[in-house]
Amino acid sequence: MSDAARLLDPYQPHVSLLHDLDARVKLALAVGFILITALCPPGAWPAYVLLLTITISGALLSQLGLGYVMKRSLLALPFILAAVPLLFTTAGNTWLSFPFFGTTANISDAGVVRVASIALKSWLSVQAAVLLAATTTIQDLLAALRAYHLPRLLAVTVALMWRYLFVMSDEALRMLRARTARSGHLAGRKTGGRLTWRARVTGGMAGSLFLRSFERSEAIYHAMVSRGYDGEIRTLPTRRLSQNEIWLMIGGSIVLSMILLIGIMTGG
Amino acid sequence: MSDGLNLGPVIEIEELRFSYPDGRAALRGINFKAQRGEKIALVGPNGAGKSTLILHLNGILSGEGVLRICGQAVTAKNLGEVRARVGLVFQSPDDQLFSPTVFEDVAYGPIYQGLTPGEVQARVEQALEAVHMEAYIQRNSYHLSIGEKKRIAIATVLSMQPEILVLDEPSAGLDPRARRNLIELLAELPQTMLIATHDLALVRDLLPRTLLLDQGQVTADGPTDAILSDAELMAAHGLA
Repeated sequence: MSDAARLLDPYQPHVSLLHDLDARVKLALAVGFILITALCPPGAWPAYVLLLTITISGALLSQLGLGYVMKRSLLALPFILAAVPLLFTTAGNTWLSFPFFGTTANISDAGVVRVASIALKSWLSVQAAVLLAATTTIQDLLAALRAYHLPRLLAVTVALMWRYLFVMSDEALRMLRARTARSGHLAGRKTGGRLTWRARVTGGMAGSLFLRSFERSEAIYHAMVSRGYDGEIRTLPTRRLSQNEIWLMIGGSIVLSMILLIGIMTGG
Repeated sequence: MSDGLNLGPVIEIEELRFSYPDGRAALRGINFKAQRGEKIALVGPNGAGKSTLILHLNGILSGEGVLRICGQAVTAKNLGEVRARVGLVFQSPDDQLFSPTVFEDVAYGPIYQGLTPGEVQARVEQALEAVHMEAYIQRNSYHLSIGEKKRIAIATVLSMQPEILVLDEPSAGLDPRARRNLIELLAELPQTMLIATHDLALVRDLLPRTLLLDQGQVTADGPTDAILSDAELMAAHGLA
């Protein structure tokens, strides 16, 4: 495995119930979980707690550990920032006000509830995605997507992107390494060059990487065509889901629907 | 960049050890010294640790043990000076050539070092002259042949006037004529040279001393003729 693959691949090989579960079941449950989380109204705290118990159980069952899942799910943080203006724009009773550039900014109680709900829901959704990606190999995930009739072209694009992402990031790493190797210092000189020059160098590197990607994509296409590629990737037929797996999906859907119901009853 | 004060070895390595983050030990106690002007081959099977060792000489990787370049221990503080002294030429010239024109690629090191525009121009011209590629100064690096790219890649480090040249597989992928030209070019350069390669004919022609590396250790160090003619040793390390 390349350096970049070690850095980037979210899959964590462990032996666990969640790792063994068929990717189609995991994908359906994860997408269902995210959908239900998104549909829960703001302020549905009991439903959020129930959803959190599901992700915590998943983290424990998968042998990944709570720490891993929680740390990875912090990815949701930057997206939460987009919801911050709602604190000020949502109508409701003023909860807090403070002077802001000559005017007064009012934070409403309804705004706080909405932002807190969005933050929690994004965090929960990312946790589900982290669990899915860490316990399922990309090959299984792609096979599951194909089984659910994701358009073939999209599946092939994702597969090729994943395959060559690592090749490209390895190339980028080697290029950065070659640049570092030539970034020497001379006693008594101000080193580093001007910012505009450094930006131009970086631009040159990006351009060079783009040209190489383009050239490589041509070469890959030729190699594929020479092996009979006609626009369709054929895969071995997947096995049918077992009775137990189908029951698990039905059970999961019922639990998630009940959580949504609780959410609608308790939310604002 | 000459250093008249230091008359000792230009490269000194004692018990250098390095493991990758996944726990794989790549260097398991490397020891050797190189005197000024020596031309040394670094041979060994794939995965022997040659590239890992090379990356240490320039401070890109740092392991445990002693590593001195021109008498100066390599530390986080003097990495910049070490990089000015050790010119690293990577295996793939595409990694080394990242600018739109040959001039900009060769000028990268001198500009980074803070030289004046006049000095940069002079350095670029000297470096391109040394690799016989003066006419290519305004060409686009991307459209050159691999042999030409290798020469330009060497010029990109020569422009920094390093004392030590370290090359990783310089003859890989070259046609016989380009390879011959490269060997002639390397023979002309006065720098201390360490070349990691599988090209044993190049080693025989160009490099009087050979270090044989296997499983992260120096298993033989001596005159090239003696090592390359030891059929048993070469076969034991996958080189024959």
